[in-house]
Amino acid sequence: MLRIKLDRIDELLAAIAKAQTLYLPVDRSDGQAEFRKWTEGARLSNALNTVRSAKDFFFPQTEKLMEFKTEGKKIEVVDTREDCEDFVIFGVRACDARSFEILDKVYLVDPVDTFYKNRRDHATVVTMACDRPAETCFCHAYGIDMTEPGGDVTCYKQGGYLYVNANTDKGTRLVETVASLLEDGDTAELEKAKAQTKEIYAQLPLAKLSMDNFGGDKMDEYFNSPKWKELSEACLGCGTCTFICPTCQCFDIQDFNTGHGIKRYRCWDSCMYSEFTKTAGGQPRPSQLERFRQRFMHKLVYFPANNEGEFGCVGCGRCLVKCPISMNIVKVMKALEEK
Amino acid sequence: MMNSCDSLIPKIGVVTDIRIDTPDVKTFRVVTPDGKKAFEHEPGQCAMLSIPGVGEAMFSITSSPTNTEYMEFSIKKCGCVTEWLHSMEVGQQITIRGPYGRPFPVETELKGKNLLFIAGGIGLAPLRSVINYCRDKRENYGSLQVIYGSRSKDDLCDYQEILDDWLKDDKMEVDLTIDREQEGWDGHVGFVPNYVKELAPTTDKTVLVCGPPIMIKFTLAGLKELGFTEQQVYTTMELRMKCGVGKCGRCNIGNKYVCKDGPVFRFDELDSLPDEY
Repeated sequence: MLRIKLDRIDELLAAIAKAQTLYLPVDRSDGQAEFRKWTEGARLSNALNTVRSAKDFFFPQTEKLMEFKTEGKKIEVVDTREDCEDFVIFGVRACDARSFEILDKVYLVDPVDTFYKNRRDHATVVTMACDRPAETCFCHAYGIDMTEPGGDVTCYKQGGYLYVNANTDKGTRLVETVASLLEDGDTAELEKAKAQTKEIYAQLPLAKLSMDNFGGDKMDEYFNSPKWKELSEACLGCGTCTFICPTCQCFDIQDFNTGHGIKRYRCWDSCMYSEFTKTAGGQPRPSQLERFRQRFMHKLVYFPANNEGEFGCVGCGRCLVKCPISMNIVKVMKALEEK
Repeated sequence: MMNSCDSLIPKIGVVTDIRIDTPDVKTFRVVTPDGKKAFEHEPGQCAMLSIPGVGEAMFSITSSPTNTEYMEFSIKKCGCVTEWLHSMEVGQQITIRGPYGRPFPVETELKGKNLLFIAGGIGLAPLRSVINYCRDKRENYGSLQVIYGSRSKDDLCDYQEILDDWLKDDKMEVDLTIDREQEGWDGHVGFVPNYVKELAPTTDKTVLVCGPPIMIKFTLAGLKELGFTEQQVYTTMELRMKCGVGKCGRCNIGNKYVCKDGPVFRFDELDSLPDEY
């Protein structure tokens, strides 16, 4: 497999950035990592994961859909869509890489969302295998192998080297552009390291988590569970879980009058908010209990019912870290499973 | 600029006629700027109408697909978008996209059937499309009966069309009711669900019902007392929507999206969904 010494990784990143716009996880001043556009001197973060997921690249928090010009009673719709440039997302973890496939099941099914597809078509996803999973990780529950994260190119760190393997044509083209920096290397040690990572993972608290009791056929069993009341009682409805979740994909559409034209935007929204379903005629989910239940039922039951058993969660663990009341999908699953 | 079209990007529609139906319902006639129908639809389908800068909302298409000249929307004033629509003048342009959703199965399950339409208030809007479709393709259906009620005589939508066309049509039965006694009204007085029970329609009919949730609930209960099964009764639902194509997540109930899997449902299909509508 091709490889480069880890102390030359900056050269590799610079070479990629010369060919295409490059995004990579970097450490912020507060020590947390986030994806940023590569600039001279950017250092790849060693953090296990970014605060916000990588969904932002394909489903940004806010995006302009179109503009309108109005004059008297006349309206003109201005299609402002443009082909985006090719770009590379470097260092995507296995969980986030899987989340793209889940978002695809929403945005690339008929009718295809052209805003999403445009960015998806122009992106090359370079993943980074995990070598030290955290206590909040549970990707295996969804059949994800953290040591084989997939994407267009997979990178593995081992023994002072970064190993690089192209998985797709797009990935091969990217690797070719930096081929002069890469050398052939033996992968025997890499295979050993992957096995060690899995051993570490097996010792972690969520390693035994199973999805066997969840899926598309569990609606009647869980929707009326008395557990929702207790689980949702402390929920603040802040929506943090939704925003950091790599698979949450609900949105709002709002118009903004700039004073010299109207712009229509799509923005992230959350089923945890009361406004989400409120209509002039009433509110089908009047309390936080119903909203909270919707979010988890959608991930654990409704989404798999429509997508051949695939869950709307990838086990990245962000919600376990970030929820201000320490509620999360794992606690919900465990509570629902208690008979 | 991209070559492909996107379902979120609307067309322009021109409002060519505004009819005042009730104190809070107006019916808007819409065509494209070159005078054509914006798109073809099937009875029960919906369209997204918007006024840039104000907002976009989903409305049922009130006119029948057999109308080849224009589309009509009967809209009740109840929020930001609808208030703006009500303040419009003829000639105003709006945006329109669609059609969205699963229609009433007029060419399959409903074909050849005796049909009973039950509507309350603005609930007539989506049913009017089906009623007029069936009247235009009269030979394809058995008996047609409409039971329609509203708060008062003045709140009956499309009343003029009911008087001029439906009541004069000897190939259909129309039974009207209003909630309370009113001067100048010598017809039936009482709530729709009770009137249905009084009229006691025979169970050889397939029923299409639309109205306020409470009216639908009691009407369904009454129909069951009369011997109707849930497989014989269809309704059309209304939930908040943004995209209309099953992506924005708002109208998700259980594993269904009302915008694309509905808005038309048969009651036995609703049984398997959580009670969140």
